[in-house]
Amino acid sequence: MTEPVEASRHKLTVRNLSVFYAEKKALGPVTMDIPEKRVTALIGPSGCGKSTFLRSLNRMNELIPACRMEGVVHLDDQPIYGTGIDAVAVRRRIGMVFQRSNPFPKSIFENVAYGLRIGGLNARPELVERVERALQQAALWEEVKDRLNESALGLSGGQQQRLCIARALAVEPEVLLMDEPASALDPIATAHIEELISTLSDRYTVVIVTHNMQQAARVSDYTAFFYMGDLIEVDRTQVLFTKPSQSKTEDYITGRFG
Amino acid sequence: MRSLFSRELRSRLGDSALVISTGAATLLVLIILAIIVGDVVHHGAARFSWEFLSTAPSQGMTAGGVFPAIFGTVALVILMTIAVVPAGVATAIYIHEYADRESSLTRLIRVAINNLAGVPSIVFGLFGLGFFIQFVGVGIDRTLFSGHKVFGQPALIWAALTMAVLTLPVVIVATEEALRAVPRELREASLALGATRFQTVIKVVLPQATAGILTGTILAISRGAGEVAPILFTGAAYYLPQLPWQPQNQFMHLGYHVYVLATQSPDVDAGKPILYATVLVLLMVTFVLNLSAFVVRSRMRHRFAGASS
Amino acid sequence: MSNGTAKASMPPPGQVNTVLAQVEGRVPRRRSNVPAWHHVAEVMIRVLALTAIAAIVLIFAFVAKEALPLLFSDNIHHEVTLRQMWTAQTWPGYDSAEHIWQPVSNIPKYGIWPLILGTLKVSIVSMLVATPLGVASALYLSQYASRRVRELVKPAIELLAGIPSVVLGFFALMVMASWFQDTFDLDSRLNAIVAGVALSFAIIPLIFTISEEAIGAVPRSYVEASTALGAARWQTIVRVLLPAASPGIAAAVALGLGRAVGETLVVLMASGNAAITSASFTESVRTLSASVAAELAEVVFGGPHYTVLFFLGTFLFVITFGINLMGDFAIRRMKRKLGVGL
Repeated sequence: MTEPVEASRHKLTVRNLSVFYAEKKALGPVTMDIPEKRVTALIGPSGCGKSTFLRSLNRMNELIPACRMEGVVHLDDQPIYGTGIDAVAVRRRIGMVFQRSNPFPKSIFENVAYGLRIGGLNARPELVERVERALQQAALWEEVKDRLNESALGLSGGQQQRLCIARALAVEPEVLLMDEPASALDPIATAHIEELISTLSDRYTVVIVTHNMQQAARVSDYTAFFYMGDLIEVDRTQVLFTKPSQSKTEDYITGRFG
Repeated sequence: MRSLFSRELRSRLGDSALVISTGAATLLVLIILAIIVGDVVHHGAARFSWEFLSTAPSQGMTAGGVFPAIFGTVALVILMTIAVVPAGVATAIYIHEYADRESSLTRLIRVAINNLAGVPSIVFGLFGLGFFIQFVGVGIDRTLFSGHKVFGQPALIWAALTMAVLTLPVVIVATEEALRAVPRELREASLALGATRFQTVIKVVLPQATAGILTGTILAISRGAGEVAPILFTGAAYYLPQLPWQPQNQFMHLGYHVYVLATQSPDVDAGKPILYATVLVLLMVTFVLNLSAFVVRSRMRHRFAGASS
Repeated sequence: MSNGTAKASMPPPGQVNTVLAQVEGRVPRRRSNVPAWHHVAEVMIRVLALTAIAAIVLIFAFVAKEALPLLFSDNIHHEVTLRQMWTAQTWPGYDSAEHIWQPVSNIPKYGIWPLILGTLKVSIVSMLVATPLGVASALYLSQYASRRVRELVKPAIELLAGIPSVVLGFFALMVMASWFQDTFDLDSRLNAIVAGVALSFAIIPLIFTISEEAIGAVPRSYVEASTALGAARWQTIVRVLLPAASPGIAAAVALGLGRAVGETLVVLMASGNAAITSASFTESVRTLSASVAAELAEVVFGGPHYTVLFFLGTFLFVITFGINLMGDFAIRRMKRKLGVGL
């Protein structure tokens, strides 16, 4: 457990978060802050709990039966867990992109418009405008603007992932969680995604899980290192990768274990 | 910025509405089942007894039992099973173990199976009449019996063969499911040891697939006990003084008996208790068979859950 | 140096082929290890595999064969022609041209439309009842029900599927008909609605089973993506799950419709069997299948009535074949629209 990092402002604050799968502790307790409008990377070896941590931030762990949580998570000043607090409302403000792109079997347009429609927006002109904006933010607009009505499943892997990002951005969340977004992509598509992440942090708070340390070093402002269900260290990326304060961190980033 | 506490009423109502309406639909289906079974048990239990099962009908179907109908049904089902199981299992083995998946023959067989499954049951009856009786039966009579009517008329064997054709898809599909559940690695191991495809199928694959074959057979038997339309003109009779010991005999049948009793009985009220009791027997038979098939199938699925094919 | 086996001596150069032949002769060929009956059995398997194809071909051939005289025989044409069956005829005693099915009468009438109409009415009623109930139950069981509930309900629905149609017809005749008549104050006790509802009991399990499979086959990633976007449960189900499962559900409906059109016993016992041409669903109807079942016992072999009934059978065969085909086609199109692999 380490002291929270100073930053301009904290978008998400996590205090003593623990996650249990069928009474076995998978994560925690974790205390950390996610700074606003920055990219925070979560790194660590397989099974260290970083994905579990990520999914606790938008209450997606609840989809798993026999999953139990302790601790508090605040978005700005509001808790996101608790009786009377609706998970659906939370997820509209904290979006997520998955490891394997999962576009719906619908047209490109309808994929991006989906989040808007379920929010009650059905007016065509507005939808068109917001879809275009989201696709531009995801650096996909130029490639698909002439085939918005074609099936999303016809896009390449990298394009599909950018489509999923556009889909998440369309609802204008405040936070974007990304679970290894480029791990299933080839190097060129990965480079596109990484470029995208840098531009996104102007507008959004981004938290990204990655098993690729170099990627974390390239795209993130802050990095948190997890190991065996515990948060070992969190610091500015430059500091963590050059002068880590914990020996475990140093062992990991120098490749002593993987 | 939306507050975290709010969600449109519409959204919340939508969730409740969907759960309630789908749950109600499920409940309705269960209630329908309960009413049917309940009604039959309620009215049929009175006459249901060992005596009912073992004696013949008397007094114009208002008294006695249904033993001949049970006997006839069993005879039909036995002959049908002897015909359909080898054909169905062989077909499944061919398309799954031997044939090239994409070959036109395989695709043709699959098309045939799908369409066979969709043929109306009365058309099977016409088929039995037009092919088995008028063509094969009459042919046999001409060659073996010098024109005397022996096989060229409604008979147990023709009804059984007609039912075999009707239940063929059931057996094929169930067997194929079982074959698919056998892991590919087993076959590869056998072939790598130098066994022929046939030996692999007989010694390795088929023993693992017996559950599926059993499921298919049970389901076929259940159809055989209950389907009436195909046997209307191919051998079922309402009242016969003798049991059908020979394949050219006509036979009584539980399902057919219910049909005639319900629609053509001269004295409906007097015949009602017997009718209900007969339906109860038929229902019990099909329930036991279908439940067994279900249990066999789910055990098989659990056993092979996670196995590749 | 003695050599035990005469054959395996050093080969002179240039005689490799001889050696090979000798070696081949010594190694037992695979075939001779295998009993002869294996080959016979393999041939049998290949032959038996043709049974399904043979069955379909023979069914069509021999049913259509008995109907052919309708097209070609002058004897039959004295009483009825194919054209007459499909067009309205002015029968003696009637003011205008009508479609009437009345084969057993002084002047036999073979108008087919009342039967087609009857089949349609019963099928429509049964599908209108069975489809919502079947799909909704499948949805409930796959999305909301606990494992225990699922383990209880699935076998129950299999039991419903196992009820022979003669029992459903019996139930309709004995119980449902009177109930409907009393509750809705109907004139005819046996009618299209009673038969249709009873028929739906047979179709619900069919639609349920196939729909449930289809819904279960929808990739979880779609549901996850929708949930992560902040969709309520019902929105995910209605906007993502059901559309993704729609080819499978369409298959279920097509199968159910085919079953409804061809079903015999339920309608035979519960529809009243009066060949009335009207728009009302609360009147007695006569279907194609029930006509064949009811009338074939009394016909003269080879006569006009016999031939017409076989024609009805052929017609039913072709229609259900067509429904299957259209169902397949529709499903392919739906899959393509979703962009999913065919």
